Amino acid sequence: MSDWEVVIGLEIHAQLATQSKIFSGSPTAYGAPPNTQADLVDLAYPGVLPVLNARAVQMAVKFGLAVDATVARRSVFARKNYFYPDLPKGYQISQYELPVVARGSLNIMLDDGAVKTVGITRAHLEEDAGKSLHEGLAHASGIDLNRAGTPLLEIVSEPDMRSAKEAVAYMKKIHTLVRYLEICDGNMQEGSFRCDANVSVRPRGQEKFGTRAEIKNLNSFRFVEKAIQYEVARQVELIEGGGKVVQETRLYDSDKDETRSMRSKEEANDYRYFPDPDLLPVEIDAAFIEAVRATLPELPDQKAARFARDFGLSAYDAGVLSASRELGAYFEAVVAGLGAGQAKLAANWVMGDLSGALNRDSVDIEHSRVNPLQLIGLLKRIADDTISGKIAKEVFEAMWSEGKSADDIIEAKGLRQITDAGAIESVIDAIIAANPKQLADYRSGKDKLFGFFVGQVQKATGGKVNPAQLNELLKLKLGGGNA
Amino acid sequence: MLHNLSIGELADRLGKRQISSAELTQHFLGRIERLNPALNAMITLTAKQALADAAAADARLAAGERGPLLGIPLIHKDIFCTDGVKTSCGSRMLDNFVAPYDATVVARLKAAGTVMLGKSNMDEFAMGSSNETSYYGPVKNPWDTAKVPGGSSGGSAAATAARLTPFATGTDTGGSIRQPAALTGVTGLKPTYGRVSRYGMVAFASSLDQAGMFTRSAADAAAVLQVMAGFDARDSTSVDVAVPDYSKTLSQPLKGMKIGLLREFFEGLEPRNAALLEDALNIYTGLGAETLQVSLPHLPLSVPTYYVVAPAECSSNLSRFDGVRYGYRCENPKDLMDLYKRSRGEGFGAEVKRRIMTGTYVLSAGYFDAYYLKAQKARRLITDDFRAAFDKVDLVIGPTTPTPAFDIGAKMDDPVLMYLNDIYTIGANLAGLPGVSVPCGFVDGLPMGLQLIGPHFAEAKLLNAAHQYQQATDWHTHAPRGYA
Repeated sequence: MSDWEVVIGLEIHAQLATQSKIFSGSPTAYGAPPNTQADLVDLAYPGVLPVLNARAVQMAVKFGLAVDATVARRSVFARKNYFYPDLPKGYQISQYELPVVARGSLNIMLDDGAVKTVGITRAHLEEDAGKSLHEGLAHASGIDLNRAGTPLLEIVSEPDMRSAKEAVAYMKKIHTLVRYLEICDGNMQEGSFRCDANVSVRPRGQEKFGTRAEIKNLNSFRFVEKAIQYEVARQVELIEGGGKVVQETRLYDSDKDETRSMRSKEEANDYRYFPDPDLLPVEIDAAFIEAVRATLPELPDQKAARFARDFGLSAYDAGVLSASRELGAYFEAVVAGLGAGQAKLAANWVMGDLSGALNRDSVDIEHSRVNPLQLIGLLKRIADDTISGKIAKEVFEAMWSEGKSADDIIEAKGLRQITDAGAIESVIDAIIAANPKQLADYRSGKDKLFGFFVGQVQKATGGKVNPAQLNELLKLKLGGGNA
Repeated sequence: MLHNLSIGELADRLGKRQISSAELTQHFLGRIERLNPALNAMITLTAKQALADAAAADARLAAGERGPLLGIPLIHKDIFCTDGVKTSCGSRMLDNFVAPYDATVVARLKAAGTVMLGKSNMDEFAMGSSNETSYYGPVKNPWDTAKVPGGSSGGSAAATAARLTPFATGTDTGGSIRQPAALTGVTGLKPTYGRVSRYGMVAFASSLDQAGMFTRSAADAAAVLQVMAGFDARDSTSVDVAVPDYSKTLSQPLKGMKIGLLREFFEGLEPRNAALLEDALNIYTGLGAETLQVSLPHLPLSVPTYYVVAPAECSSNLSRFDGVRYGYRCENPKDLMDLYKRSRGEGFGAEVKRRIMTGTYVLSAGYFDAYYLKAQKARRLITDDFRAAFDKVDLVIGPTTPTPAFDIGAKMDDPVLMYLNDIYTIGANLAGLPGVSVPCGFVDGLPMGLQLIGPHFAEAKLLNAAHQYQQATDWHTHAPRGYA
């Protein structure tokens, strides 16, 4: 196989978290019975007209500012015309020539820690379509228009990504960002955040792009990665076998882990875009932009930089802890309780045992069974040597399942670290007395047996002896001295 | 006779309790029953509801409430959605469609206490200049039932001319109020684009459509516009400009008003039509107005421009009629494509299909720039021409139509000939300007109209000029034989 370069661009659809639809007053809540959240405008009754939801524009502008893009002073809604039963008007209101956001960029961190900038061509507002329902209906299809008219922000990247992993890193970063901005709930199961991937390959060194295929409607990070990997392999195999990639739209089948042709370029619709005469151009002035700018939260990159700077975290740790606003807030609450000097300890616990438990039980950090105050309670006991890090893991699990405070569990289970030198010494003495051969071997130079004695003491005490203290005392005793 | 009284006179008698709204409603319902069969001006009659509404208006009057339209009957063009009443838009596609809501125009007039007698016939989806494209058959001109009444609001025009109603609503996309008003001898006003809400008006060409009315005088039009006009948050293209008191300025003297003669309108005008306009100009001069020549050099582009812009918008606006949610659906569709093709193929008439196809073509990849974009540029040039003219004059004047009403069937085989009927009216739609047509005499025993066009939101000035003309002439008082 010769050396191929992969070229990927993503079109991400983020459902905006407005209360009502983009052009009607219907609510946008997910999961209502079919067609209970569709009014006459959503149903495209004769004579009805769209009225733009200003909140959707604010959210789009917020996104534009967060990716350093140009916010268009004047953007225009256009009609994208095609027939489909879930598209009641026979056209989708979208933005075409003049989108609200253009020319932004975003940094992603690659596996090797390098930072890469991905260009954002544009982001435009549009309405979502409804859904066709095929299950449970004999000889018929149903239409649910609850989703019709839900505001979407379509975020189009430059073809800047060079691997499936980069594409996923970019998509995750956008996901983080829209949730930071509170403009999208990011719920991928419910379809609030999904993407189309444009994938092509070219011989490394060639400037001209290869012919691309567009993989539609990928609604998980894993699917994005697998679909792109499959598609790249397919294209390379095709070309190396003497074939040609054709421009087409493909669908990813996650059950079979493959992409399949949906329609070729020739079969593609001519959407006959033209400015929607029912809507005025969206005029955005400097005051509007500044008002939105004032609502911008600290952005993920800013937060990561601050974590690294103020708490001495590695770039990687800072990146993980700022990956969501909630995680960052949790971490900061813990640090605030412990003091910045213990930030590394807090970071290790939040990224380690806490994240592990959350993942294992599929719990959001906002609903964590161990809240920041409780975790502070635990970490304080590590910091003041009441318990060891190892015992702390046991305490944490008990806190997670029983919901009690660290102190209660330490007390109830008698896990308090033994720090009384006399008590430790008497245990050591007993162990030494019981293992004369090992003692002799140690003293004759088998240093490795030191670990044996540590293990024996901890076994005898249930691991409660302060490790540093134990080391010190044990060295003395084994050397024949007295404490 | 009651049906010859103006809206002002009727309101006065209702206010003095000399007549009741119920009597008035009965009177007009009786005329419709007797006279409409020869005209086919109506699609739906709502007699029962009308009598109930009249009783409600009478109760309001009895309680001491007064209003310029309280208790006054009207007819709505069947393009306006009317809650609980069939709204067909003149099409088989919507023959079974009962609107679940009131258009803003309907709601405002209802709140003012008007009484809807029924809904009027029209060209299918307002596409036509003769009322011959209606699924419900052509409307006949009360001046000569062998002639068309004009279109697309032909039913409303004929009904107003035949005194079946004190007034009727209409819509004007390329002349659909002014042209039939001229051909039936009534007053027809198309307000500024954005002056009256489009919400609830079945869309033909969204950037051109505007609601207005047919009355028998400019003074009546002022009273009706007063209620219809105003910002509507549900129509993003409606404009939030204060609504003046239109009746108050009707009697202002015209001294010093500058009226521009549109050179492009007068060139090649049929001599008898030209003579009528000459008379009208003399009247205006006599009223103290100053007339001067103005030119709109790009006006000759208006018909081709319109027949790109309007079909383009209509091809998209009419996509919602797909047989899926409401309206006509073909029998036993095989599959989705069959459902679309046959529902639309059977539900739409020939002229609507022609415009959908034209519009689809001009928006297609490869043709968009040559047609749609070029038409938008021409539209801007025409608008700029008008703007320049209004730097010099208050209003412009010209004929409403090139000829009086023509024979039913005469132009149906030649769409371009039919389209040329709108040659004088389309400019105002492209530029979004208000225009009014008022009766100005007869050619071959058929009424003719003169047209006044003003700057944006100059309805008060237009109505003032039209009213002053009607104070000096009696053309607007003539009734067709058999309908007086």
